[in-house]
Amino acid sequence: MRRYTPKDNVQKKAKYTDRFWVAPQVPREAVEEGSFFEEVVDELKSNSIELLDYYVELGQLVLHINPQDNVKTLKTLKEKKCFKMCSELSAIDYLAQDGEFEIFYQLLNLDKAQRARVLTRIKEDEAIESVVNVYKMANFAEREMYDMFGIYVNNHPYLKRIIMPDDWVGHPLRKTYPLQGDEHAQWYEVDKIFGKEYRDIIGPENRDPARVDRYDTQRFARVGHEVPFGADPELVDKTDTPIESRYSKTFLTDYTTGSKELSERK
Amino acid sequence: MAQHQVNYASAGGLPVVLTSADHLINWGRSNSLWPLTYGLACCAIEMMASGASRFDFDRMGVIFRASPRQADVMILAGTLTKKHAEFTRRLYDQMAEPKWVISMGSCANTGGMFNTYAIVQGVDRIVPVDVYLPGCAPRPETLQYAMMMLQQKIRRESANMNKNKKQRFI
Repeated sequence: MRRYTPKDNVQKKAKYTDRFWVAPQVPREAVEEGSFFEEVVDELKSNSIELLDYYVELGQLVLHINPQDNVKTLKTLKEKKCFKMCSELSAIDYLAQDGEFEIFYQLLNLDKAQRARVLTRIKEDEAIESVVNVYKMANFAEREMYDMFGIYVNNHPYLKRIIMPDDWVGHPLRKTYPLQGDEHAQWYEVDKIFGKEYRDIIGPENRDPARVDRYDTQRFARVGHEVPFGADPELVDKTDTPIESRYSKTFLTDYTTGSKELSERK
Repeated sequence: MAQHQVNYASAGGLPVVLTSADHLINWGRSNSLWPLTYGLACCAIEMMASGASRFDFDRMGVIFRASPRQADVMILAGTLTKKHAEFTRRLYDQMAEPKWVISMGSCANTGGMFNTYAIVQGVDRIVPVDVYLPGCAPRPETLQYAMMMLQQKIRRESANMNKNKKQRFI
């Protein structure tokens, strides 16, 4: 939930600050004793699966495991703890931050209506074992993961690009992939249909640069360089120091345990 | 008193219309433009509405065909991805001459809001376009207007397509 801010007279302000609102950090709670999640954790531990970290986030169990344990973990969760459904499986690119991909498996226990997320991290040149034998849906999801991130999946029945064309170069969901495409992407249709010698005839793509003038006082302004609507452009400060963006730095309050503020007010 | 016999000799009595071959052929072509059913995205909904009873494309002689071999016009209705561009060009090549192309909507014209790696930035990069129809998505009336503009263009041009100036790559 986002914090409520009064929205009267937002039209009069030059900008509506909540538009660039930063998502709050979700509190991580310890696994409660005697709960279903504790049974799950114990079951995994008794099967000699090393849990790097585990906690409850928004009512969902989050398990960090080693990448070589992924099939064993999912098999245990499915067979012993009745997580019959894998609703989602993909990766997140943390290459710039940590030099790693984070692979997640989102599981659902239909009997208890509980969800669990299995997280594991692999390096860029490492491969992950396929979980198709445990969950059938992993077939397409792992192909998409391979297509979008370039993560190889060992023992997958048909590891082939699923969204991009087979002769595509690069993996578009990596953070390093340019949004408007690399050279291969920009000339893809021309090269494929007419051949490379037609590049000169057809010419490069004419893309909208989406240029935003920071001295523009009528239409759009760069974030952090906003000026009042209709102000005289001559009077706008032309130095390059950006205005500090006022992002709301609210965090979720845990009302069950009570915050410091609340106890002080009491 | 009824006239049983046409007097061919008198002025205006001849049951003959004098015209040029160009006018005759273009009259036939422009009044039976059969487009290829080629919906790519949300513009296809408007294209379907144009063909349905409320807007009634049939009254203009426009009947959608499901085969490129039977079609005269390709209405590119929607976002063209780079993966699909090859097939669009193949369908265009499969259409019999004479053939025309209407680029419908912002995405087909310029790539529209999809300023990304996966979308063709304007279908004129792969097929020669006759009419650009702006809008997101254009209303059925505007598609019909675009078709009328194409009819006017056809009537203006030579019936011999080789004489018409057209953007061609191959």
